[in-house]
Amino acid sequence: MRKTLLAGVAFFAIAAAGMTAVHADDIKQGGQMVVTYKDDVSTLDPAIGYDWQNWSMIKSLFDGLMDYEPGTSTLRKDLAEDYTISDDGKTFTFKLRKGVKFHNGREMTAEDVKYSLDRVTNPATQSPGAGFFGSIKGFDKMADGSAKSLEGVTVVDPYTIKFELTRPDATFLHVMAINFSFVVPKEEVEKWGADFGKHPVGTGAFKLGEWTLGQKLVFERNKDYWNAGLPKLDQITFEVGQEPVVALLRLQKGEVDVAGDGIPPAKFLEVKNDPTYAKLIVEGGQLHTGYVTMKTTMKPFDNVKVRQAVNMAINKDRIIRIINGRAVPANQPLPPTMPGFAKDYEGYKYDVEGAKRLLAEAGLTDGFETELYVYNTDPQPRIAQAIQQDLAAIGIKAEIKSLAQANVIAAGGEPDQAPMVWSGGMAWIADFPDPSNFYGPILGCSGAVKGGWNWSYYCNKALEERATAADSITDPAKKAEREEAWRSIFLDIMKDAPWAPVFNEQRFTIRSERLGGPDAIFVDPVHIPINYEQVYAKDVQ
Amino acid sequence: MISYVARRLLQSALILVGISLVTFVLLYLLPADPARQIAGRSATAETVESIRQQLGLNLPFYQQYLRYATGLLHGDFGRSYLQKTEVVELIASRLPASLLLMAGAITCELILGIAMGLVSALRRGSGLDNGLMLLSFVGVSAPQFVIGILMLYVFSVQLGWFPIGGYGTFSHLVLPSLTLGVLGAGWYARMMRSSMIEVLRQDFIRTAHSKGLGRATVIFRHALPNAILPVIAMIGIDIGMFMSGIVVVESVFGWPGIGQLAWQAIQRVDIPIIMGVTLVSALAIVVGNLMADLIAPMIDPRIKIR
Repeated sequence: MRKTLLAGVAFFAIAAAGMTAVHADDIKQGGQMVVTYKDDVSTLDPAIGYDWQNWSMIKSLFDGLMDYEPGTSTLRKDLAEDYTISDDGKTFTFKLRKGVKFHNGREMTAEDVKYSLDRVTNPATQSPGAGFFGSIKGFDKMADGSAKSLEGVTVVDPYTIKFELTRPDATFLHVMAINFSFVVPKEEVEKWGADFGKHPVGTGAFKLGEWTLGQKLVFERNKDYWNAGLPKLDQITFEVGQEPVVALLRLQKGEVDVAGDGIPPAKFLEVKNDPTYAKLIVEGGQLHTGYVTMKTTMKPFDNVKVRQAVNMAINKDRIIRIINGRAVPANQPLPPTMPGFAKDYEGYKYDVEGAKRLLAEAGLTDGFETELYVYNTDPQPRIAQAIQQDLAAIGIKAEIKSLAQANVIAAGGEPDQAPMVWSGGMAWIADFPDPSNFYGPILGCSGAVKGGWNWSYYCNKALEERATAADSITDPAKKAEREEAWRSIFLDIMKDAPWAPVFNEQRFTIRSERLGGPDAIFVDPVHIPINYEQVYAKDVQ
Repeated sequence: MISYVARRLLQSALILVGISLVTFVLLYLLPADPARQIAGRSATAETVESIRQQLGLNLPFYQQYLRYATGLLHGDFGRSYLQKTEVVELIASRLPASLLLMAGAITCELILGIAMGLVSALRRGSGLDNGLMLLSFVGVSAPQFVIGILMLYVFSVQLGWFPIGGYGTFSHLVLPSLTLGVLGAGWYARMMRSSMIEVLRQDFIRTAHSKGLGRATVIFRHALPNAILPVIAMIGIDIGMFMSGIVVVESVFGWPGIGQLAWQAIQRVDIPIIMGVTLVSALAIVVGNLMADLIAPMIDPRIKIR
């Protein structure tokens, strides 16, 4: 069954059972919604914001050259009207849309795109996303402070911008869709300085109305938005500082439309089994994998047999029951919704006897003692206890170290600490829907450094070369070939078993009955947690 | 008196310096690396190093502390690592909410505590007395997040009398004030009860009775003003209790005060905010205690300043 939205602009179809066809022309703009979050919104500066709550807000205030079809991980053009990629995959040229205006009324041009990228890669900006632009020529000089402008970014004319890369980079279009690349107006950034994040001005579908620190933010519809028909709502109010349990109670009373932090674990079964609320819940996959890392630089995890034994010892189904079934078992690093996922791969099956045999082969018949680091917030310690019991069954005595998030991350990044880490609560959620994002920082050699995110310190030179080769396949026609290359890389990683993948978390969004829109936009894989531009209000239809 | 005040002020200043130093050391010793946290998970080593230098995190400990302390003396609490805002601005925007909540809590605990203690003392040994004292015991012992969630569930969700958390109107203020005030109300009820019983035994009360004054006059004119003095003297000390209480209560009720700010900052190891809130709380506690010590002798001549 098909449901079409945005006729004439971005025509897309979503397979969704049980929905009746609604045509875009039928959906009237107007109405409002209330969204709650537990934590404060720190900043709305696209060069800096990297939190759960501000990620999609920034996407609705700003635009980049590229974006994704709503509710999917399929790239589409956004501020770019068109683009060309050179045959060697090292030059990307974008034609910009004409007549796109910033919220302050000035037209956006190629100069703004260049300025935004110079700004995000300038160390003084302290952007957590600067590293994504590493393939642009001149990035190194920006990083060490010897240049103030990216050599590889050229303004050809006001509506054309050219990027030269130091290597072919198949992920570059994704990089041009990530928040850190979004276009900001120079005059506003200079006016507000370090406080631009509290006074954001972009080209996006919404603009910031008011912001009461620590209490609420109001987004108003940008009436001059270039993408006619969007956004659907006139206004969104974000209320912050709301505990998820309280947000859920308010949603049930009709005071809140979306509980931004989802359904609290303690209330999950109650809500899911209540027929009144069950139909308000949307379930979707997410680009997330929860895993146990084993430090390959520490004994006995330097032995592949020990790592494989751990993979076979963990009872994943039981762990998923502990979290009320909010996940699916994982047997490889990539989540099922990620291109390159190996559907037919069976992984290491739960097999206690087999695990014991492998330990015996490694000369550890009597097992050994180790430490399992875990983030100290429920349900992570409970999951760690289940893993601890599973390991005890094959003779591994793991002591649980339950610490604050930043401390677990710090220990994970040391070569001689944290022999095992359960990644829950800190686990990798992809920055963009491409398999390479699950390799470099967390399984590649570049992440296996002090303070890095490769907590296994796994570094396989042969795979590193294959990864570089895979990312050099920039021709869109060879997409399948590139996916296949990545698939085989991840399966070969599993032979070395630096991780024991445990599960892929599912997302559950609860939204009020008065909100309309295809289910997929409420569990959007990129506009996390939901796609604010596409939601409409049923009460103004 | 003046030399006493001067001595106490000097003491307070030393305490504040001590607290700032201890907190700074503890946060410095945390294994978490703020530069890495700001730089994010995909940062290059150069970016991290550059941020470390910009924030002065590469300096030796004593220089970092001196930098911070110098800033403090100029009213500069630094800039939040993760909120990207001046800490002063964050605290200033949230302080009024916390002060309002504390005022509400003081009102609740005084009214509840004095009323309960008074009734208990007058009905000493009765079932009512035992019941009230049991209630005050529960108030003193029960964790605030339990009381808070219970109140929300009963009065907001089930009965619908009050809004479910939030900030803005008088009805938003009632439940969080009660939750925060219940602990102190329990203490005050017990204190008021014993103080009242003691006063009622005094000769001047017997005299008042024998003069033929009515029971109400004796209690409210003569007994109560004497019995209430130790309770009033305690209010300053309560501010310290509130400082720890607001962290929990503000989080439960979504109250936009500095307690909630502290809680969020602790979870994310946002050191400048943790430092700032700790210092503001310490200041409040020191001032509260100072006030308690200075006010007590003014209202109760039996207490003498040495």
